[in-house]
Formats: sequence, structure tokens, C-alpha cells
Amino acid sequence: MQGPIAATVITFFTAATTVAAQAQRTDAIIGLQLEPPHLDPTSAAAGAIDQVLYANVFEGLTRFGPDGSVQPGLAASWTISDDGLSYTFQLREGVTFHDGTAFEASDVVFSLDRARAEDSTNAQKALFAGIEDVEALDDTSVRIDLATPQGNFLFNLAWGDAVMVARESIEDIKNQPIGTGAFRFEQWRRGDQISLSRNADYWGEATSLEAATFKFISEPTAAYAAMLAGDIDAFYSYPAPENLAQFERDPRFTVLSGNTEGETILAINNQQSPFDDIRVRKAVSHAIDRQAIIDGAMFGYGTPIGSHFAPHNPDYVDLTANAAFDPALARELLAQAGYREGFSTTLKLPPPSYARRGGEIIAAQLREVGIEAEISFLEWAQWLEQVFRGYDYGLTIVSHTEPMDINIYARPDYYFQYDNPDFQALIETLAVESDPAARSALLAQAQTTIAEDFVNGYLFQLALTSVVDAKLQGIWKDAPTQAVDLTGVRWAD
Amino acid sequence: MSARLLIGLGLSGLFVTAGLVSLLWTPHDVANLNIAAKFAPASAEYLLGTDHFGRDILSMIMVGARTSIAVALLAVGIGMLGGVPLGLLAAAARGSLLDDVVMRFNDMVFAFPALLIAIMITAIVGPSAVNAIVAIGIFNIPVFARLVRAGALPLWTLDFVLSARVSGKGAARISVQHILPNLTNLLIVQGTIQFSLGILAEAGLSFVGLGAQPPTASWGRMMAESQTMISFAPHLALIPGLAILLTVLGLNLTGDGLRDALDPKSRSGSQQGSGRAEL
Amino acid sequence: MIGFALNRLVSLLASLIVASLVVFAAVEIVPGDPARFMLGINAQPDTVAALRAELGLDRSPVERYLSWVGGLLTGDLGVSYTYRSPVSEIVAERLQVSLPLAVYALVLTIVIAFPVGMLAAASRGGVVDTLFTGATQLGIAVPNFWFALLLILLFSVNLGWFSAGGFPGWQAGLLPGLRALTLPAIALALPQASILARLLRASLIDTLSGDYIRTARAKGLSAGQALRRHALRNAMIPVFTIIGLQFSFLIAGAVIIENVFFLPGLGRLVLQAITQRDLIVVESVVMLLVLAVILVNFAVELAYSWIDPRLRNPS
Repeated sequence: MQGPIAATVITFFTAATTVAAQAQRTDAIIGLQLEPPHLDPTSAAAGAIDQVLYANVFEGLTRFGPDGSVQPGLAASWTISDDGLSYTFQLREGVTFHDGTAFEASDVVFSLDRARAEDSTNAQKALFAGIEDVEALDDTSVRIDLATPQGNFLFNLAWGDAVMVARESIEDIKNQPIGTGAFRFEQWRRGDQISLSRNADYWGEATSLEAATFKFISEPTAAYAAMLAGDIDAFYSYPAPENLAQFERDPRFTVLSGNTEGETILAINNQQSPFDDIRVRKAVSHAIDRQAIIDGAMFGYGTPIGSHFAPHNPDYVDLTANAAFDPALARELLAQAGYREGFSTTLKLPPPSYARRGGEIIAAQLREVGIEAEISFLEWAQWLEQVFRGYDYGLTIVSHTEPMDINIYARPDYYFQYDNPDFQALIETLAVESDPAARSALLAQAQTTIAEDFVNGYLFQLALTSVVDAKLQGIWKDAPTQAVDLTGVRWAD
Repeated sequence: MSARLLIGLGLSGLFVTAGLVSLLWTPHDVANLNIAAKFAPASAEYLLGTDHFGRDILSMIMVGARTSIAVALLAVGIGMLGGVPLGLLAAAARGSLLDDVVMRFNDMVFAFPALLIAIMITAIVGPSAVNAIVAIGIFNIPVFARLVRAGALPLWTLDFVLSARVSGKGAARISVQHILPNLTNLLIVQGTIQFSLGILAEAGLSFVGLGAQPPTASWGRMMAESQTMISFAPHLALIPGLAILLTVLGLNLTGDGLRDALDPKSRSGSQQGSGRAEL
Repeated sequence: MIGFALNRLVSLLASLIVASLVVFAAVEIVPGDPARFMLGINAQPDTVAALRAELGLDRSPVERYLSWVGGLLTGDLGVSYTYRSPVSEIVAERLQVSLPLAVYALVLTIVIAFPVGMLAAASRGGVVDTLFTGATQLGIAVPNFWFALLLILLFSVNLGWFSAGGFPGWQAGLLPGLRALTLPAIALALPQASILARLLRASLIDTLSGDYIRTARAKGLSAGQALRRHALRNAMIPVFTIIGLQFSFLIAGAVIIENVFFLPGLGRLVLQAITQRDLIVVESVVMLLVLAVILVNFAVELAYSWIDPRLRNPS
């Protein structure tokens, strides 16, 4: 009796799964660790805002491609004056915002003027600092004048903080974002999810997905279970590297391991004794076993670095040998500096697990050479207050995720307080240099200078690990900026 | 001595001993990370295996016992130091405005969820074991104040107290010399219960990252750190949980056993649970 | 009775005023500038100042306290710094999770505790009693977040019956919603049920030894009948007190469990708000929780004095 029933059941289930397989899915649910505080990318630093909205809902004049290259966005083309001071952008025609209003040159003027205004709350106001004037030539062309030539002005305009917004919809942008992108904003269930739908009036190629949902799950256990249960189709920047090996073995999933712009560093307070002595900073660098940190904190995901520069960048110089793991040398350097018995300092750690786990490992490694680092766990707000603004720390760990940010070493009041006039001059030269070969040489010199000054302990380039349903294609492997661009995402047949 | 008391004393004694021994010796140094030896299974070298940093779990449990016990003990101390005088005061001034104010203060502290107090304190001064002690300690104050007031009220009507008053002794002196000694049993029993609650509370606080900071081992944090590894290394979360469970169980049994031994009238154990305040 | 209620009402109001001052003062001294936090590490000082002005953070503390309390009284809880939407809306959204979770857990608590407590009391000293008493002893000693982990390990990771966390929202339907709340409710209910069962058992045993029960037994009622008809009703007074207290605990105290299961409830909201320095949300939610606890206590006290008039004059 059992045979036929079982057979029927099997047929039934096979039929059901076949039907399911044939119906091509047109929606995708993407897991993210962090929920945006609000939905205006032009007035907060939160990367989560860009992750949801960049390229999906909002677009800028230029944009980042999946490889980090700068590509045309709402500007179809541009010309640069010979002195490098004047950029003229030709805008795409027939572009409308999601509320139906047309996107015109006046919107560019509004967006950029708003971003650089006196009372602007743009988190990256420095991007617009060099702009002298923005002028609409006609409906579809805009001229931007700069005070001094800028080597990476087009790059600056591609940031999420420089996207185009409209005067008509700016009032409620934080809850009801209106952009020009291929997806419109639908609904935000706070504490849970944001949903988008395909923009039928999009100026560019229509998206394969009709609907997309971002679900916010910060708890690693919940992320793990949601992925296994199929509640979500992809988890962008999966929070628990310890589970990745298991996902890699499972044929239902693909693990994407890509590059980020996140240089993870053991930042050192260069003005605080004893770190004002280069021998002490050098000792710290040699006391650190990068591979143990990558294995122990990141379960093997991450690339060791020797300076503040991304290894996937063409101008990268490998300086890891400069600070090779050598505890004996570290002890010797400490003895030379007068710390034969070692010393105590503080190690203040923000919430991400690279910092918390990495910090415990580094504290143990420093203890081996006699440095007693007292760990404290901080929330981001406390970290900003104590470490970033108050300079009240000895050591800290943080990943600097902004692209091409080596110029922070030219700011003597930046939290690690590195004050080297030669380096500052170098960065000034770089800022106005637009010849690629010359730029490359200057960047190499910059990397080498900070590595040889042992400004910070350079640990590893943060890896971007995403877990994706094996049939979902087009999720960016790398993170040239904080973005989960869904315009090219589709389900395989 | 009842079997219950015996089991209770045995269990709690085991963990107290483990904590004390950890001051002098642990099988391995818990501050020493050995990434190469991570997730080692149980073996002669590592009796309970190792964690994600290659640390010996048995040693971590021993040090964690020390942390839990220290935090809970100090929190009970704060509760008694603050609560006993308040309770004596309220009882001595029974019925007066002072009594009312003290009891309303108690109600108010009770109205603040203990975890929220702890979170706020942490947000202000940063997380640490001291924080956990203060937060749990504050919560213990009204517990002892109520207990002492309730225990002291009937004593004030007894002959020996009345005669002390007649002989001209002040209320403060009577409270200390005559009332307090008669409340010792009550305090020992409630102290044991609050001690076990303190261990639970400390575990909860360090589970959400508000307790003792690394490299100090703590049971709650051990669990929190291994939560994501539960699919392939469940013992990392199970072992510290069992340690908490057994310690708290031991202390509760001790408390019940002591109550029965010290106060045969309350055999039914009707106080059980009413003193339990949770996070 | 009315005098007693008025007296209690006055002290309730006094408690609330003191509590509001304590909450505001505590939140005020929390270090960390909300504006700086929102703008991140590359922001320039003038940008931060602009945002502070926009958020009203440049006003004096007294001004902010008064406008906050004034808002509380009119039901206007202000606008969240980070979410930029009314706090009352956010709280209402979160209550849709926290309140059903508390009710669910309370129902489970009662459903578990009553049979266990009654059976244990009926077979006092017997095998069932010993077994149940032992089980409740364990239930009290289990840390609820650890128990939650065990539930996840068993029912989500191994059996796949329940999802390990998250909440689909009530619009997904009643059943999916309840399903998502089941494991958290069990984790919350177990220790509470153990407490309640023990209390019920003790209370029943106390009343069972009372004279009128002996009379009832003498009239020929069985032990079980006597328990159901007479003892239970009298044992209910302390039991209901505890249930009242447990309910306020279940609303206010589920912070850790909401975190373990990633439920978008009030507890998570307040934790997030603290880390994001969303002070106005912290103040309002903490105040609401305190209000809830004080109100429940007040109601319990009133009910108590109504049942037992002697308590109205505590001297």
C-alpha cells in the first residue's frame, strides 16, 4: 500500500517544484547589516543610506562602475577647459524624477548649491569645497567653475553625497526619497525593511527586477538562519565570516569575496607619549602578526597591507615587508626607546567584529613584547567623542572605507595627529596634478612615506563577503563605494 | 542537613572553588591566544576543547566563575549597605512621611527596568564590570529595604524592644542592637537568592556587552561571542550556559535549604520567586 | 477606598515627575553628540553645527526638558533625531511587536504554570510534586537568553521549524506573525512560568491547610474538588499580584530576548537609539516603560486593597 501513496506524493512535489522553477522570479530580497537612519544620502554619513539608494533611487552626474571606475551618470558627456578650472556637463535628455518633474540643469545647480551652502549638513562637504560657481547654460548643460584645478573632480561627483535631488521634493526627502533612478522608493517599515519597485519611466535600460526589498538584519545568527531558510536571496556584506566556509560548501549558495576600500588600521595617537617616538610606533608594527589577525578575526578573509592604500588599486605599492612580524626586533626597538620593561596604553575598539576580535588578538600580541594594552569596547558615538574628536586614546582599530583617502594623513588635526609638512606638500601637489604617470609616482611616494614613518599599524584590506543565492546574478563582488546596485541584478533561467 | 542544602552547597561550592583556584592557577593562560589551535576538540591537553581564539575553555570557565562571583557578591554588598539602613529607618519611623518617602523611592527604583539602568550607566561611562556591579547593586537596594522593613515592623511591638524604649534607648540604637540581630537569618537567605540573581544578571549584561571587558573572561560574553558559531561549534555556547545554570541552581537550592534550616516555620517555601527580580 | 486611591494617585504623580527628571538628567549627561554621530568622521565643524541647530540641540537643557514634558502630556513625543519621523509613530510601530509578545508570553506563562502548580500542590510530597518542583527549580536557574539559543539551535538550525529571528509584520498574516513570536515567547515564559508555578503551589498549600478546607474535606469533597472549588480562589490573590508584575516585566524587560531573535520591538529600539544617540527616543521610550510599570503596580495595589480592605491603612 505504501508504494503508490509515496509515488503520488513524490509526483505531487516534483510537479510543485517544477512549477516553482518555471515561474521566473522578478523580485529579490537583499539582506543588509545596517538600517539607514533616514533616506537622504546628501545629509548623513551613514553608509547604509547609500547602500539602499545609490544607483537604485538616486543618481549623480557621474557614477562609480562595479570596478570603481568613474562613468557617465546623469551627465552624458563633459568637456574640461584647458586650465582645468571649468567643467561643462551635457545632461541626458528626457530624464524625470519619480514624482514626474523633469530633471534639468536647474536641478544640478540646486543640488550642488545646497550641498556646499553655509548651512549644509552634507557629511562630505569637502568634496564641493573647490567649487566657485555652478551655472545652468541651458536646460541640458551646466558649467561648474573651480577655484583651483582638481585631479579627481569627476571622481568626487560620483560619490553618493553628490547625487541629484530636486527642489520640489527636498522637504520630505528623509522619509520619501525622490530621485531619477531605475527604482522608485515604495515603503519603509522601520526596524525591518525598505522596498523598491521598478521605475517604468527610467531613462536608461529597464531593470530585470520588478521589485526589490532590503531587509535589515544586524544579528549574525539571524542573518545565518535567514539565509539558510531562504528568507533572503542575498546577504550583502555578510556579518559573520565564521559561517562562510559552510556556505561555500553548500551548492545553493555562492560566496562572493571581493575588495573594499576599507583599509583596516591599528591607528596610533602620534602625539601621545610614548607613541611620539618613531621607534615605539615601529615596534608596535613589528609586534603585529597580520596573518594571525586575518585568520583569527576574519577567518581568513582579507589581504595584508603595509600602508594606507588599497591593494587592488593600480598605483598600489606592496610595503608589507616594511613592517614584517618580528617580536624580537619589536622588543629591541622598545629597549632602545627606553621601554625595556614595556609600558601600558589604551586600545579603544568600536563595534565591528574586525575591531573587537582583532583588538583582542592584537592586545595579546602586544603583550608578548611587553606592551600592556587595556581594551575598552566603545559604541560609535563614544568612539567619535573620545577617540576621533577627543584624541583620548593610545591605540584604536578602525577600517577607513572611503575610497582614495590617503590625503587624511595631510590633516595634522586628524585623530591620529600625524604632522609631517613634507607629506602635506606632497598631497597638495597631488591635488592639482592630473597627469596619470605623475600622479602614480606621487601616490607611491605618499604610501612609502607614511609606511616608513610607521604612522599607524597597517593591518589588512577589509574583504567584502556576500552570500548570494546561486541563481541570482549581477550583485557587485567589490565595493568601490557603499552601494548595492540592483540595476543589473537578475535571476538566471 | 537536608539533601537539597547539600546539593546546593556542593554545586555552588564547586564553582566558588573553581573561581578561587583560578586566582592562582588555570590549566592554560586565558590571555594567551593561539589562533593555530582554534576550535580544538576536547583532549587531554584541553579538557573542554578550545574556542575561536584557541583559548582553553576550561580555564575560561574558571576565570568566568571568578568574574561572576565577584560581581554578584559586590552587588549584594551594595544592596545590603544601601537597603538595610533604609529598611531599618522606615520601620523605625513607621507610618510617618519618612516611611512613605522611603517606600515610594523603593517603588520608583523598581519601576526602572534593571537592564535599562545598566544600559544608561554604560552609555554614560562605558561598559565595565564596575558598571554591572553598580547597576545590579542599585536594583538590590529596594529588595533589602523592603525585606528589612517587613521583618522589622513586627519586632517593634515585641516586649524586649518595648523595654529597651522604656529604658530610654534611641530608635537608631534599638534598630542596630535589637532589631538587626534578629534579621540575620532573613538577610542570609535573601542574600543567597540575590547572589544567584546577580549571577544571572551579570551573565545577561555581559551577554549584551555591558559587563566585564576582555581579556577578563566572563560567561555571558563567552556565549555572545560564540552565538554565530552555534551551527558548527555548539559547545562554545553550551558550556558557559551550563556553568551559569548549575551555579544559579546551586545557590537557589542553598537559599531554600538555609531558609528551611534557619526558619522551620516557612517550610512551604512561599517566599520562593517573590524575591526574584529579572533583567 | 476613594481616599486611598487619591492618596496613591498623588504619590504616583510624584513618582512620575521624579522619574521624568531622572530620565532626562541621565540622558543629558550621556556623552556623544548626535549630530557628530550622524555626520561621521569626515564632517567639518560647521556642518555639525548646522545640524545641531536643525535638531534643536543648541537650546538650553531646561528649555528642552520643558518642551519634552509638555509634549509627553499632549501625546506629542517629538521627532526622532535619526529617523526624522515622530517618535509616537515609531513607538506605536514597535508596540505592535512588543505588546503581542508580552501577551503571548504571559498566556504561555499561565498555561504552563497553572497545571504544574496545581498538580504539584495536589500531590504535595509525592513523585509528581518532586518532579515538578525540580523542573521549576531548573526553570528559575536557566538564563533566558541561553535558553533562547538552545531553542534556536534545536528548532531553527536543526529542525528548521521556526525562523531564527526577525518579524514578518502582521500584514503577512496572523499565523506567520505568531510563528515568529513563538520561540521568543517560550524563552521569555519559561522562567516566569517557573516562578508562578512555585508561587501557586506554595499559595495553594497554605490555603489547603486552612480550616475551611478541612471542613470541606470533612463534608466529603475529594482533595481535588476541595482544591478546585475553594483553595484556588483564595490562592489567587498573591498569584494575580505576581502576574501583574510579570506583565510589566514582560513589556519592559524583553530587551535581551528581542535582541537574540532580532525582533523590531521597543527593547531593540531603545538599545539602537542609545547607540545612535537618538536622545529624544531614549527619553520617551524609557519614560513610557517606567509609566507602564508604575501604572500596573498602581492597578495591582488598588485591586489588592479592594479585595483586602485591611491593606488600605498600612500601619
